Amino acid sequence: MRRGETLVQWSLAIVALSAIAVLALIIIFIFKEGSPIIARLGMVQFITGTKWSPTRGMFGILPMIVGSVWVTLGALLIGVPIGLATAIFLAEMAPSGTSQILKSAIQLLAGIPSVVFGFIGLVILVPLIRQWLGGPGFSVLAAGIVLGIMILPTIVSVCYDVLKAVPQAYREGMLALGATRWQTIKMVVLPAARPGIIAAVILGMGRAVGETMAVIMVAGNATRIPVSPLEPVRTLTSNIALEMGYAVGEHREALFATGIVLFIIIALLNTLARLVARVEKV
Amino acid sequence: MNEVGNISINVQGGGSSAGARAALSGVAEVGMLSRDLHGDEKTLIPTIIAYDAIALIVHPSNPCDNLDIVEIKSIFAEEITSWSEVGGKARKIHVVAREEGSGTRSAFDEIIMGITEVTPGAIVQDSNGAVREIVAGDPSAIGYLSLGLVDKRVKAIAVQSVLPSIDTVANNTYKLVRPMILATREGPGREVMDFISFCLGEWAQAILAREGLVPVTSVAPGGPPEPGHRDPEPAHGNPGLEHGSLKPGHDGLEPGPDN
Repeated sequence: MRRGETLVQWSLAIVALSAIAVLALIIIFIFKEGSPIIARLGMVQFITGTKWSPTRGMFGILPMIVGSVWVTLGALLIGVPIGLATAIFLAEMAPSGTSQILKSAIQLLAGIPSVVFGFIGLVILVPLIRQWLGGPGFSVLAAGIVLGIMILPTIVSVCYDVLKAVPQAYREGMLALGATRWQTIKMVVLPAARPGIIAAVILGMGRAVGETMAVIMVAGNATRIPVSPLEPVRTLTSNIALEMGYAVGEHREALFATGIVLFIIIALLNTLARLVARVEKV
Repeated sequence: MNEVGNISINVQGGGSSAGARAALSGVAEVGMLSRDLHGDEKTLIPTIIAYDAIALIVHPSNPCDNLDIVEIKSIFAEEITSWSEVGGKARKIHVVAREEGSGTRSAFDEIIMGITEVTPGAIVQDSNGAVREIVAGDPSAIGYLSLGLVDKRVKAIAVQSVLPSIDTVANNTYKLVRPMILATREGPGREVMDFISFCLGEWAQAILAREGLVPVTSVAPGGPPEPGHRDPEPAHGNPGLEHGSLKPGHDGLEPGPDN
């Protein structure tokens, strides 16, 4: 009996470690392939250079960093208000039957492959933007809208759980004082759920920064820093996926180096999410 | 390859640079490229098996139907920004290019752009199909792709008053032409020689023509035009060469190690 227990413990530990080992291998590989060029150019030069022309030996990824930031902000601007409103409705207002149906519909949204979102963006959204707002259609706006929809499931489901976790006594106390339902939500439930909502936003942000396929299809992938939401833009992930097929030598190293920068950004975001959640809880 | 019998050929994708790399490092016997050899790739021996025209395409509703090379260069460098400057409506030009590293991009850059850069504001797509899709939907767009992939939804325009076609490539009048190359290391084996002569043979050339390429055998003597800013000694092979005569005038360097 004791022996069986130890065996199970050890095998589980090994399985758990192997997952971490894979992560470590990925990190080692990316850094091994990408760091030589960063060492040669200097990290500052690499991330502040505005010219990306790898076949001419120019490797500056600032346009892509700015591109990722713009597109991600656009996605949050669209995804967060809609996602939070949906979660409030589902958790606080909708009758439980409706809530169940809507929740599964949103879960379904999470299961749609990103290439499908990209394709719909390409055939519907891009021509609409081109026709009504001008520019080529492939733009920060198109990418922001597509990503905003793609991060909805993350934001809705995390916010829903957080709102549901607010003790029922808070609401009852407020209602007993004569507050309306909306006043209760606004003054008690949302403030109580704040750390969780912020965590949801940061998780959505991580999803938006990392998304690749859909963005390549609708963003236009120009390597210039966009000055308007109607201009084409390239993100860090698109840069890697777009050019990896043909890249050799320094070009390939520069794409891995782009991966290093992306990795650092995502690691920072995750740390931030944890910190916020911890600080807010105290 | 039933005709040959006991030789099996593995084909792997990845693009021109990958093809040259594989041949240089010895991973593959033959590297396939859709552009000229560059830099250290010139230690390889190229054999041109066909030519491909790069067509400039615009939306069918675009009245512009001819551009000269200087105009194309200025458009892609964003010096000309409105269609009205080249005989179209007063609309901003949306430039669509291929990603860096692609053979089509590299051939276009060499023939048209020279040392000038394609504007960083250009929309970039990673396939001929995606470029065609954008141009088919956007009345202000201009892009380029392989002639074989032009269809009715886009309009191929004339370059220096010559429309791209198999005939204009064959008689050397269309300017945007790139070679399809089989590159080998020095001293290729018997099977490789057989494969290359098969590719230059009548049967294989007919297949290439069916796929929209211009068979090397149909091109007028002297090969297609050499645009000004190519290398003075382009690494062109010798179309229609015989067994054992695979010795173009290259500098005899040994292939370098793969870095």
